[in-house]
Amino acid sequence: MKALGLWACFALLLVSFAASILWGQTRTPLATAASAFLHYDRDSAEQVIIRTTRLSRAVIACMIGASLAVAGALMQALTRNPLASTDLFGINAGALFFVVFGAVFLSFNSLAHLMWFAFLGATVAALLVFLLGSVGRDALSPIKIVLAGAALTALFSSFTSGLLVVNEQNLEGVLFWIGGSVSGRTLDMAYPVFPVVIAAGILALCLGPAVNILTSGDDIAKGLGQKVIAVKLLMGAIIVVLAGGSVAVGGLIGFIGLVVPHLVRSLVGIDYRWIIPYSAVLGASLLLMADIAARFVIRPEEMPIGIVTALIGAPFFIAIARRGFRKA
Amino acid sequence: MRKHTVLRSRSESFSFIVENRTIRMLLILLGLTALLFLTGLSVGSTFIHPIAVMKHLIGTNGEEHAFVIGTLRLPRMVLSMLAGMALGVAGLILQGIVRNPLASPDIVGITGGASAAAVYVITFHSEISLKWVPLAAISGACVVSLLMYALARNNGVTPIRLVLIGIGIQSLTSAAVTLMIVLSPTYSTSEAYIWLTGSVYGANWNHVMSLLPWVVIFVPLTFVLSRKLNVQELGDGVALGLGAKVQRNRFALLLISVALAGSAVAFAGAIGFVGLMAPHISRMLAGRSFGSLVPVTALIGGMIVFMADTAARTLFLPLDLPAGVFVSGIGAPFFIYLLYRNRHQ
Repeated sequence: MKALGLWACFALLLVSFAASILWGQTRTPLATAASAFLHYDRDSAEQVIIRTTRLSRAVIACMIGASLAVAGALMQALTRNPLASTDLFGINAGALFFVVFGAVFLSFNSLAHLMWFAFLGATVAALLVFLLGSVGRDALSPIKIVLAGAALTALFSSFTSGLLVVNEQNLEGVLFWIGGSVSGRTLDMAYPVFPVVIAAGILALCLGPAVNILTSGDDIAKGLGQKVIAVKLLMGAIIVVLAGGSVAVGGLIGFIGLVVPHLVRSLVGIDYRWIIPYSAVLGASLLLMADIAARFVIRPEEMPIGIVTALIGAPFFIAIARRGFRKA
Repeated sequence: MRKHTVLRSRSESFSFIVENRTIRMLLILLGLTALLFLTGLSVGSTFIHPIAVMKHLIGTNGEEHAFVIGTLRLPRMVLSMLAGMALGVAGLILQGIVRNPLASPDIVGITGGASAAAVYVITFHSEISLKWVPLAAISGACVVSLLMYALARNNGVTPIRLVLIGIGIQSLTSAAVTLMIVLSPTYSTSEAYIWLTGSVYGANWNHVMSLLPWVVIFVPLTFVLSRKLNVQELGDGVALGLGAKVQRNRFALLLISVALAGSAVAFAGAIGFVGLMAPHISRMLAGRSFGSLVPVTALIGGMIVFMADTAARTLFLPLDLPAGVFVSGIGAPFFIYLLYRNRHQ
C-alpha cells in the first residue's frame, strides 16, 4: 500500500516536472520538448530555452525541494518538535549569511567554494540554536527552541542586510538569494553541489530505521543498544549538508521543510522508513509546482519562489500553532 | 530583605515598589548617559572640544557650533535615544507577557508589520513624500498585532500561541518585504534596505518632536502598569488566583508595546535586538521587579542605540553606516552570551 503510494507520488513528480518544462512565458508543445531531448536543434529558440533554462530550473527545484523536505523531516524527528524545520530554526539564514559574505567580500563565485561557506554557516547556526534552545529550566521545549530559531534568523538576516548596506553595488546580484530562486543558477554552476547532496540524501534514507528507534525516546533507544549520540550527530550532519546545499544554490526558500513532513505524516503515519522517501518526492513536486506558480502570479514578472512558499507555508504554520500541537 | 521605597496612592489604585538599589543604579545610569551624550556631541568628522560643547549647551558660546551641534548631532542623538528607550520597553513588556526571555518586537512580527508598510511607501509611493513613512509604519505595526491577537484568540490568548503566530506572521511580512524590494527599482531598493537595517541618519527636530509624545506617554504608563506586568509573569493560573484580569491586561500591555515599538521603528527604521537585549541587561542590574525594570530598561535601550549610532557614524569616517548594523553586530553575540550566562535561571 505504502509502496503503491510512493509510486503515485513519483507519478505526481513526473507530471510536475513535465509541466515545469512545458509551461512558462512561452508555452512549449510536448513534441518540441521531446525533440529538444531526442534530437536537439541548436537553431530552434524553443528547444534552446528548454535545454538551458527550463531543464536546469526543474532539476534544481527538484533537488532543493527534496533536500529541504528531508532536512525538515529529520529535524522534526531530532528535536521531537512538530514546528521544526531548517528555515524556522535559522539554519538557512545562517548558511545564507556565510554565502553572501563569501560572495560579496571574499569574491568567491564558484558554487564549489560557496557550498562550503553554506555548510559552515549552517553548522554554526545549528550549534547556536541548540545552545540557545537548551539553556534554562525548560530546556528544548518546542516554544523555546522555536523562539531561539526566530532570534537566530533575525540575527543572521540583519547581518546579511548589514553586509548589503555596506556593499551596495552587489545588492542586485545577491537579492535573488534572499527572495529564494531556482532560476538564478544554471545546471553547470550547480553541478558541484549535486554529489554531496545526493550522498546526504541516500544516507538519510538508510538512516530511517535508526530514526524510528530514536523517536521513541533517548532512553529507550539507548536500551535497545543504539548509539544515540552518533545517530544524532549523523542526522545533524545530514541536515547541515542538505540545508546548506539548498541555500548555496537557491537561497532562502522557506516552509517546504515544515509543510511536507506534516503532509507526509498524515499520509503514512510515523514510520520514518517511509516518511523520508515520501518527503523527498513530495518536497520536490511541491517546489516544482511552487515554481510554476511563481512564473504566473505577477506576469510578466516573476515572483521569487521563496515568497510563494512563504505564502503557502506561513498560514500552515499559523494553523498548526493555533490548533496546538501534539508531539511529532 | 532589601530596602524598598514604596510609592502608593491613597486609594491604592496604583502602587509600586522600587528598590533603593535601583534608585542608585538609575542615578549612575543617568550620569553615564550624560557623559555619553557629551562624548557623542563632541566626536564626529569635526571634533569639538567637550568644554566647547558644554559652553554651547548652556548658551555662552554664541553661534560657533550651532550648526554642527544643534542641527546635525543633537537631534540625531536625541532621536536614537528615544527610539532605543521605546524599543527596550516594548521588548520588556513582551517578555513579561510571553514569559520568555527570547521575545521581542522584531521577532514576533510587530516590527515586521511596520517594515512591510514602510517599505511599501518607500518603494511604490516615493512620490508622495517620505513623511508618510512613519504613519505607515505605525499603522502596519497595529494591523499586524491585531491580526496576531485575533488569530491567537481561542478562549483567551495564551502566550505560546501569541508568540508562535507572531513568528508565522513575521515570516509572511518578511516575504512581503522581499517581494516589494525585488519588484522595486534599484534606487529605492537601497533606500528600503537602509531603512530595514535601521538608521537615524538625517534626523531633524521634527522627527524628535513626533516621536517624543509616544515615549513620554507610554513609557511612564508602562511604569504605572508595572505591577500588572509583575502579575502576568507569574503565569495565568496564579495571576487569575490573585484576581488579575489576565486577558484584559494582556491586551492592554500588548497595545502599549505595539505603540512603543511601532513609533520607534517609524522614525529610526527596523533596528533589531534592542528589545531583546535591553531587558536582559537591566535584569542583571536591577533584579526582576518591573517597577525597577521599566526605567532601567528605558535608559539601557536608549544607550544601546545611541552608542551604536555614535560608533556607526564615527568609526568608519567618512562612511556613515546605519546604526542597526552595529546594534546587531555588537548586540547579537552579547545577547547569546547573556543567555548562556543566565542558563540556570
